[in-house]
Amino acid sequence: MQNRFSLRTLLLASAVSLAVPASAAWAETPADTLVIAHQIDDIISLDPGQSFEFSGQDVVNNLYDQLVDLDPLDVTAGVKPSLAESWEVSEDGKTITLTMREGVKFHSGNPVRAEDAAWSLQRAVKLNKSPAFILNQFGFTPENVDEMVSFEGNKLTLKLDQPYAQSFVLNCLASEVGSVIDKETVMAHVEGDDFGNTWLSTNDAGAGAFTLAAWRPNEVVQLAANPDYWQGAPAIKRVIVRHVQESSAQRLLLEQGDIDVARNLTPTDVDGVSGNDKLKVMDDLRGRILYMGLGQQDPLLSKPEMIEAMKYLIDYAGMESSFLKGQWKVHQNFLPEGYLGASDENPWTHDIEKARAILTDAGITSGTVKTIVRDIREYVDAAQTLQAAMAQVGLTLEIQQMTGAQVLDAYRARQVPIFIGEWGPDYADPNTNASTFAYNPNNAADAGLSQLAWRNSWAVPEEMNQATVAATLEGDTDKRVQMYLDIQSQYREIAPIIPMFQKIEQVAMQQNVQNWTSGGSVSSVVYRQVTKE
Amino acid sequence: MSLVLTLVGLLLVTFVIGRVMPIDPVLKVVGERATQAQYDAAYQAMGLDKPLWQQFLRYMAEVLRGDFGRSISTGHPVAQDLKRAFPATLELAALGTLIGVCVGVPLGVIAAARRGGWVDQIARVVALVGYSMPIFWLGLMGLLLFYGILGWVGGPGRQGIIYDGMVPMVTGLVLVDSLIAGDWGAFRDAFSHIVLPASLLGYFSLAYISRMTRSFMLEQLSAEYIITARVKGLSERRVIWGHAFRNILVPLITVIALSFGSLLEGSVLTEIVFSWPGIGQYITKTLLAGDMNAVLGGTVVVGACFVALNIFSDILYRLLDPRAK
Repeated sequence: MQNRFSLRTLLLASAVSLAVPASAAWAETPADTLVIAHQIDDIISLDPGQSFEFSGQDVVNNLYDQLVDLDPLDVTAGVKPSLAESWEVSEDGKTITLTMREGVKFHSGNPVRAEDAAWSLQRAVKLNKSPAFILNQFGFTPENVDEMVSFEGNKLTLKLDQPYAQSFVLNCLASEVGSVIDKETVMAHVEGDDFGNTWLSTNDAGAGAFTLAAWRPNEVVQLAANPDYWQGAPAIKRVIVRHVQESSAQRLLLEQGDIDVARNLTPTDVDGVSGNDKLKVMDDLRGRILYMGLGQQDPLLSKPEMIEAMKYLIDYAGMESSFLKGQWKVHQNFLPEGYLGASDENPWTHDIEKARAILTDAGITSGTVKTIVRDIREYVDAAQTLQAAMAQVGLTLEIQQMTGAQVLDAYRARQVPIFIGEWGPDYADPNTNASTFAYNPNNAADAGLSQLAWRNSWAVPEEMNQATVAATLEGDTDKRVQMYLDIQSQYREIAPIIPMFQKIEQVAMQQNVQNWTSGGSVSSVVYRQVTKE
Repeated sequence: MSLVLTLVGLLLVTFVIGRVMPIDPVLKVVGERATQAQYDAAYQAMGLDKPLWQQFLRYMAEVLRGDFGRSISTGHPVAQDLKRAFPATLELAALGTLIGVCVGVPLGVIAAARRGGWVDQIARVVALVGYSMPIFWLGLMGLLLFYGILGWVGGPGRQGIIYDGMVPMVTGLVLVDSLIAGDWGAFRDAFSHIVLPASLLGYFSLAYISRMTRSFMLEQLSAEYIITARVKGLSERRVIWGHAFRNILVPLITVIALSFGSLLEGSVLTEIVFSWPGIGQYITKTLLAGDMNAVLGGTVVVGACFVALNIFSDILYRLLDPRAK
């Protein structure tokens, strides 16, 4: 009996000793390490020529530098020199010559040359993955790109098929697909005709401020500072982005000091941490637009009066102050705030009487429409709010829930009558959203286009199509801004795709984290300027 | 032979379900912005233009070589993903089952021996709560109390941030690997992270194991040989542990094996709450993404485990059941 007692005591004591000191050891993260909790399960590839998901671009943006770049502390200020230190546009506006910065090295130690830059752009076009279209806009095709993009000495020359606005070209080059890749390193890992894509999907060959230490899908991304970075070694030596699915788990980790930054807190958890003086919450206005598309194949939704009435049936302010609280703000234009040419006019309000009057004048007093929404809380709540408003004017909304993949399937096949969802800009230029929302060169059912206008079967008026194209060619930036304001003004009048809100990313972090940026509305996260004091 | 047929059947069923599911796997590969040409190229590259039976035969041949193809949601070969995810789940489920057995079996035996007594009442409540409480909620509450407020255990994840990736992988089981490396700090850290989710799973498995143990025991205790043993004047302890318990060992092993198997596949919610990078989380995520290579690979591995567990309990049957000798 005596023996047993002491054994039990020993077990208990060892259990306690296991637990207690271990917990004390996690009091805070090391001073030179930035630990972030984030949902990173969307990463498919870290190849700049392929990566096109939010979290993947966050990683690529820190591993690679582009020819031109945005200032992480002022992302809306426009592009500035990066690996290219200057550029010239030819008289006819169809040739851009960039001069490469001297003395910059890739992570491998190889020098960054104009040859690498040319090869990187050619590679992205030939690889022809999702983001290739950003470069293809300048008339590049896999067949002609070797001729259109060339180099000589430390100069890189881009020949364009039209005299595009300089801002348009540079904004596109600043996106992740414009990353300059270490040609020698990647060429050593080419398999078949994959341009090194398989290898580069899980490895890095950049010249950026960080190198890739590890990526375990759905688990963690670890970055290590590049001590030889040409803009100076980052203050943070190690960045760990850990996949934590649950908002409440992220909040607990933050409150316990195990992480420095939590990026996916729900409004409830943001409320919860905002009372804690060791923590702060930063609002970063992102580029994502929450919109409602009215499929024009539906006989009811294609009536102009119905389109107009729907704009008054949406309860913008009500949704903003309830279930979207703090994470979305009302924004009724397709260009997000922070973009060149963005408009801040939000003319529509929730006005049932006005909607009723418009519908009654048009002889619409009843009808049924269907919406297929993704099983995301905000979308379903938005659909239900709309359902209640429509019921007040005699309209019935049938709501069908599906997974993301299923909804996208149906949407691409133009089979969604009312679509509620988000659109994120693909690069830092207004054409990214203009060409998506307000451009549809071919409304035929078999055109197979990716534009939102096409997906909603909206035959965009020819003058709007032309205006959208013309805006990419306008060299005078002030005039270009006015052109986008005009397009959006007309768009608000007639378009059946209704922008409703713009995303606000609420990032909660320890008080000592300084200079954080999620990338604002035009870019991805950047770590090199972050410090912990 | 029946083992092979079972596995082929499993492959066939999951394959067919995967191919008829109303999710387009190509979209995940090419993304939202792709043109029709890019879409068609990916469709062909994935072999989806071939007839179903050809796709299946090709798939079978690849699986036989241990090649599950490449996951479209992680970019890695599925086999490599599974090699990482499976040990994480195995470690969690094994510890959970261990806890379930160590507590559940004695609890069930005592509950049966003192039927209607206070231990029986407690066992009943424990099992009832175990069956009815949502694991998701219980996990969050556990985290809040033991990690958030008391600070007794580690937070979400398999390892603390400092130890992450520090111990070289040998078996893939962090507890074992840190011992092999002789890194006591890493072991403590890993233990502090696993103890809460494993206890939670252990609780659910003990609820099941204790109920089954109790009913097996009750059946035995009312049998004639027990009455004989009692009449012979054997001590109650010998009657229960020496006679009755020995006779329930065989069916109990099946119960434990099944419980272990269900923890392997059913710990999805626990894995999500605790950000545990295991196979449950892997299958769920890839399923929602329509990433069929990964789902099929994961299902085959879990299915193979069930088959292995069945064989294992069959062998133990033979060894333990005197009638089989």
